[in-house]
Amino acid sequence: MKYLPNTDEDRQEMLAAIGARSVEDLFNDVPKEVKFKGQLKLPAAMSEPELLAHLSKLAAKNGDANDYACFLGGGVYDHFIPSTVAAVLSRNEFYTAYTPYQPEVSQGVLQSIFEYQTVICQITGMDVSQASMYDAGTAVAEAALMACAVTGRKEIVISEAVHPEYRAVLQTYIQAQDVKVHVAPAKDGQTDPEKLAALVNDQTAGVIIQNPNFFGCLEPVEEIEKIAHAKGALYVVDVDPISLGVLKAPGDYGADIVCGEGQPLGNPMSFGGPYLGFFAAKEKFVRRMAGRIIGQTLDVRGQRAWVLTLQTREQHIRREKATSNICSNEALNALAALVYLVTMGKQGLHEVAQLSLQKAHYAAKRITAQNGYELAFKAPFFKEFAVKTPVAPEKISAELAKKGILPGLDLAKFYPAYKNHLLVAVTERRTKDEIDALAAGLGGLK
Amino acid sequence: MPDTNEPLIFEMSRKGRTAYSLPALDVPAEDEKKLLPAGMVRAEGPDLPEVSEIDVIRHFVRMSRRQHGVDVDFYPLGSCTMKYNPKINERVVALPGLADIHPYANEALVQGALQLMYEMEKYLAEISGFDRVTLQPAAGAHGEFTGIQIIHAYHNAKGHKKSKVIVPDSAHGTNPATSAMVGYEIVQVKSNERGGVDLESLKSVLDDQVAALMLTNPNTLGLFDENIHVIADMVHKAGGLLYYDGANANAIMGYARPGDAGFDVCHLNLHKTFATPHGGGGPGSGPVGVKKELIPFLPTPTVEYDGQKYFLDYNHPQSIGKTKTFYGNFGVVVKAYTYIRAMGPDGLKRVSEDAVLNANYIMQALKKDYWLQYDRTCKHEFVLSGKWQKEKHGVKTLDIAKRLLDYGVHPPTVYFPMIVEEALMVEPTETESKETLDRFIKTMKEIAAESEKDPEMVKTAPHTTPVGRLDETLAARKPILRWKKEA
Repeated sequence: MKYLPNTDEDRQEMLAAIGARSVEDLFNDVPKEVKFKGQLKLPAAMSEPELLAHLSKLAAKNGDANDYACFLGGGVYDHFIPSTVAAVLSRNEFYTAYTPYQPEVSQGVLQSIFEYQTVICQITGMDVSQASMYDAGTAVAEAALMACAVTGRKEIVISEAVHPEYRAVLQTYIQAQDVKVHVAPAKDGQTDPEKLAALVNDQTAGVIIQNPNFFGCLEPVEEIEKIAHAKGALYVVDVDPISLGVLKAPGDYGADIVCGEGQPLGNPMSFGGPYLGFFAAKEKFVRRMAGRIIGQTLDVRGQRAWVLTLQTREQHIRREKATSNICSNEALNALAALVYLVTMGKQGLHEVAQLSLQKAHYAAKRITAQNGYELAFKAPFFKEFAVKTPVAPEKISAELAKKGILPGLDLAKFYPAYKNHLLVAVTERRTKDEIDALAAGLGGLK
Repeated sequence: MPDTNEPLIFEMSRKGRTAYSLPALDVPAEDEKKLLPAGMVRAEGPDLPEVSEIDVIRHFVRMSRRQHGVDVDFYPLGSCTMKYNPKINERVVALPGLADIHPYANEALVQGALQLMYEMEKYLAEISGFDRVTLQPAAGAHGEFTGIQIIHAYHNAKGHKKSKVIVPDSAHGTNPATSAMVGYEIVQVKSNERGGVDLESLKSVLDDQVAALMLTNPNTLGLFDENIHVIADMVHKAGGLLYYDGANANAIMGYARPGDAGFDVCHLNLHKTFATPHGGGGPGSGPVGVKKELIPFLPTPTVEYDGQKYFLDYNHPQSIGKTKTFYGNFGVVVKAYTYIRAMGPDGLKRVSEDAVLNANYIMQALKKDYWLQYDRTCKHEFVLSGKWQKEKHGVKTLDIAKRLLDYGVHPPTVYFPMIVEEALMVEPTETESKETLDRFIKTMKEIAAESEKDPEMVKTAPHTTPVGRLDETLAARKPILRWKKEA
């Protein structure tokens, strides 16, 4: 068996050395009451060529973003991934390593996470970053729990315009704890500051918004900052990292915690995961952050080196008193994000964001030029926008799939009130031809 | 390993260098000021480094050469199952039909992905002995969180008020941390002289307030609990449920199924037992299996099949909700699926046999050189102690671990579990050959001899790694957690 090097002869020699008669003897400590006697009902083993053919066949049943022009977003975007990312991620030393608990032979991973923490701080305008969360949903949930720990308060106010799945994850994270979540309603595609203010009081631990929000719209971030801080709540902002190529960093408008979905940074869409949640904060909160953190230090020879630090926050030391139970994170996805950001660099991220911005606005213009289509909201947007449609989005989706287009997300899937609304995302990968085809396809539907 | 220090990528930045290329804008350009509110626009990109493509590649390749991995050499890190990661898995997951699919694509366009998830759920249910499985959790600890939430929801639905979760003193730190996140008080039970749960200690803490007992079996000592069926019975009689931490499932495939042993909920670590790479700390995947009466509480959506097509089902009113966005770490699931199909039922059974054989072989060979607290047949791992070396020569387990680095071997897990002093937890896995095991045994014996003859040399190890021992106190006292441009 190709992954199992022991030969029968090896096994016999080893059994003799142990003083056991057979391998089965080594399982005599399993009580007979619980021993599994049958054979596992699984398909028989496949050779490598058969297996590759089988998986290729399964893959061929899916419509991927190379065969379809993808206008789907909702937190997951078809941005271009430069070739450097796969080249680095395929280095065996990186992807077959464990958590860098032995720093003397883990400087590669440790330095990469230190650099990752730095680029996350650079794009978000924050002081400190941890090594990654599972995804944006769990990052938002951890931000809420951290806000409660920092303030000693037990209420969270979150905008209705935050991704509904992030809010669902938050609900699961707090439901067994004594924490209350209030949802601040949105109006015309933006969080309504007045209604939000009415929910924020001296019991509020954190105010959570997303910018651009789930509808693609920019939020009144400065107004909300004042509302949160006036009552001593932490201001938590979830951002699309690509947008930070053209939009002001949340650190510059007073955010205390910034988190978000790192998928657009060099990670394939991969049917929902693995991705990474990035998580950054102001320096004074560093000891309340969850997850691993890498710090700089010196070795005995006086060389600069990197090491896991501030570990007394974590489960393997603090057990039930830890800031979170997180252990495995998304290190390899964080490495992808790092390689993406340094490959794009200062100019490249700016350019990707500008291209997405321009193409999205061109798409909005073309689509709303079709009969019966209009923008759902007037608020400014970045690369994603909602349109009212004269035809049911379900039908649009099915019909345009035939033309090789994934036209966007049916908003009613998450917001039943928005019947006949399509959420369209446009990245730098979408060409003028594809956008024109989308608009023509929509216009041609009855 | 090369010992030249690699600069940070930020220190390599030169204004005007680029490593990217993008197509020119092919639509009419609008004035950015008209598209975005003035106060929200930044004039230029964030202060990311400016480097060329060769800089990026050489930088990361040089860094990778300062990194140990399974593909470099032996990695017997206890409780982490650092087995070989088959290369076909990496090839398959990069297929465009699996890598480039959007989670919100029409179900008709993701039938292959849903079929894979549906079948994977069935395989994991069969291997673990449970009725249904969710693939949503992103890691082991996340699986624990999902599982304990399910238990919490179950008790709530039954109208039971429960306040406690029991964990053994040998448990992973994630077990108590998870239970605390779900609002439970943690009660610890002692281990007995055989390394299993002490039944008297368990009896003394069991009452109607116990929501669950979390157990790793084989436990973190690598020992199968011989009283598991008795324990299950005791917990169930007290009205509690049993949670199986599947971190050590590599030892039992085809020999025992937690579902048959009375467990109600379990998680499996695909990045351990099912050969997906650890990636320097993640991504993982921690699917959770449950018994029939707990199915209504599984996270949404579930993957279903109506005889013609696969679909996502969100309609589970008693569900705990979502613990993660979308459907889990699909890419990791694809790799583990590929592994299961490559091995088949006989192959998986042989995996556990060889994992156990390899561990016992090393344990027997080293028990005269290092103290072995629990001298009985182990499963896939075992725990030695550096106690003799410490008492006789002042050489601590940490020193032994660091000395191993000079031999090119990653050390075992050290100082865990906490119930063994100076612990060295060794898990060779089934993918290592007898020659590798023999080399490790020889090395460990040499280090034992070195500890006697030249303790100072061991205490100052490692000597050949790119960096020496690090000042961890300095790192924590004056935290430098990011690079900053010099003022």
